[in-house]
Amino acid sequence: MRRERLSVLGNEKVGPYTLLRVGRGGIDPGVPGQFFMLEAPGRLLPRPMSLCLAPPGELAFLIDAIGPGTRALCALEREQELYVLGPLGNGFRLDVERPLLVGGGIGIAPLPYLSESLGGPPAVLGFRSDWHAAAGELVPNAQVCVEPTLVTALIPGGMDVLACGPEPMLEAVRGLAPDAQLAWEAPMACGYGACYGCAVEIDGRVKRLCVEGPVLRAA
Amino acid sequence: MLLNASGCLDALIAPEVARSFDAFVTKTVTPLPRDGNTPVRIAETDVGMLNSIGLANPGIDRFVTRNLPQLEKLGVPVWVSVGGFETDDYAEICLRLDDHAGVDSIELNVSCPNVDAPVETVTQIVAASRLATRKPLWAKLSPAVPDIAEVARAAQAAGVDGLSLVNTIRGLKLDGTTLRPVLGPGHGGLSGPALKPIALAAVASCYQATAMPIVGMGGVQTGLDALELIAAGARHVALGTVLFADPDAPARVRAELHAAVAERGWNSYDDAYAVAHEEELSVRTTS
Repeated sequence: MRRERLSVLGNEKVGPYTLLRVGRGGIDPGVPGQFFMLEAPGRLLPRPMSLCLAPPGELAFLIDAIGPGTRALCALEREQELYVLGPLGNGFRLDVERPLLVGGGIGIAPLPYLSESLGGPPAVLGFRSDWHAAAGELVPNAQVCVEPTLVTALIPGGMDVLACGPEPMLEAVRGLAPDAQLAWEAPMACGYGACYGCAVEIDGRVKRLCVEGPVLRAA
Repeated sequence: MLLNASGCLDALIAPEVARSFDAFVTKTVTPLPRDGNTPVRIAETDVGMLNSIGLANPGIDRFVTRNLPQLEKLGVPVWVSVGGFETDDYAEICLRLDDHAGVDSIELNVSCPNVDAPVETVTQIVAASRLATRKPLWAKLSPAVPDIAEVARAAQAAGVDGLSLVNTIRGLKLDGTTLRPVLGPGHGGLSGPALKPIALAAVASCYQATAMPIVGMGGVQTGLDALELIAAGARHVALGTVLFADPDAPARVRAELHAAVAERGWNSYDDAYAVAHEEELSVRTTS
């Protein structure tokens, strides 16, 4: 892991979300599904964000402004700077034969980079509204649905599922695809195993998502 | 000496961060393994953060057989934080650690805000621990008492070698929409900048009351924060919450501390020790 002060290159709206693009500096983009701790200006703690896109010389993060930290990140403008720590945690395993990407809401954030790494496999994405569904454009080869249709209705059998989304979606996905790789989410203070804050109980076992995840096998 | 605050660093996961301190302090070890509290466990507040980890740890057996041999290879002195729910818990762990050369010091956590408080007093816990080990003993105290100096004097009388000041203070954060607690267990321990004036007051009071060596901690973000704790009467300083945002903080705080000392014309931070208690201003001025 490496911590570096990076410059903001741009800040683009994608539906209700913001795609924050920063210069890569000496930071390794890591494996899809790994995450970075982004300094949130004016806040005490950084915020964990998975990498959305990794064009040459850049790191791009898809952010939903839901609180003071994410709002501060979405308000960053070109040439402002922020500290970035990463890459952190365990990403998706890419040695799958029939990949299917499954995403829900802001959980589609790591899928564009994952799709690129896997050569553009099929994807199914679910959103709560047409406005939110604008983010579906970031994922190639995607079938998009909007509530009340749930993304789990679009998952065919026999696929190697790689999923990221809200917890109820992940629970439903692992019911359908017991071998799925699931990217979970939890509030984190540090991202590197120091605070024990991101512990989640999965199948009766407590796991620190930042060091054992965020991508875990469903079964 | 610069240390980490207990519970704010895992040396087995981030050994390079642990090595950037003068000593590494473990998460609190209890007799039996503990998974810790129900998530959600952390929440940011406007001037700090709340945590309710709940003393997650492998228990003394696995700590001694699995963790300690790895910690001994770190290359920095290891302080073990010890916790429990009754006096015998503390004494038992101190006894288990006493023969381990790799344990430099023991910090008695008699103040975790996230578990039910030990039923016996600090005096009893310290006295029983003192009988169980020859290692240097430090008592980590809560500032959430009417008179922390009184607790410090009791710990001193019972045989501690120093004080760790301060632990977090119990706080509550409600979700702005649901008006329910954000943290799984409800309340948590408040740390970060909000704690700094409380830590300064505790260090100053306990310095005056006991003249014991003190590890000062609470809201240290910069070298100047560290210098203020030293001026209040701390011999050593520990970093906690700042590590979560910045694992490079030890080197930065150390450099800032040296610069702040040099700016005042001092040779080392020892020159700043307890100056807050001197009547006359000892800082050089240009006017």
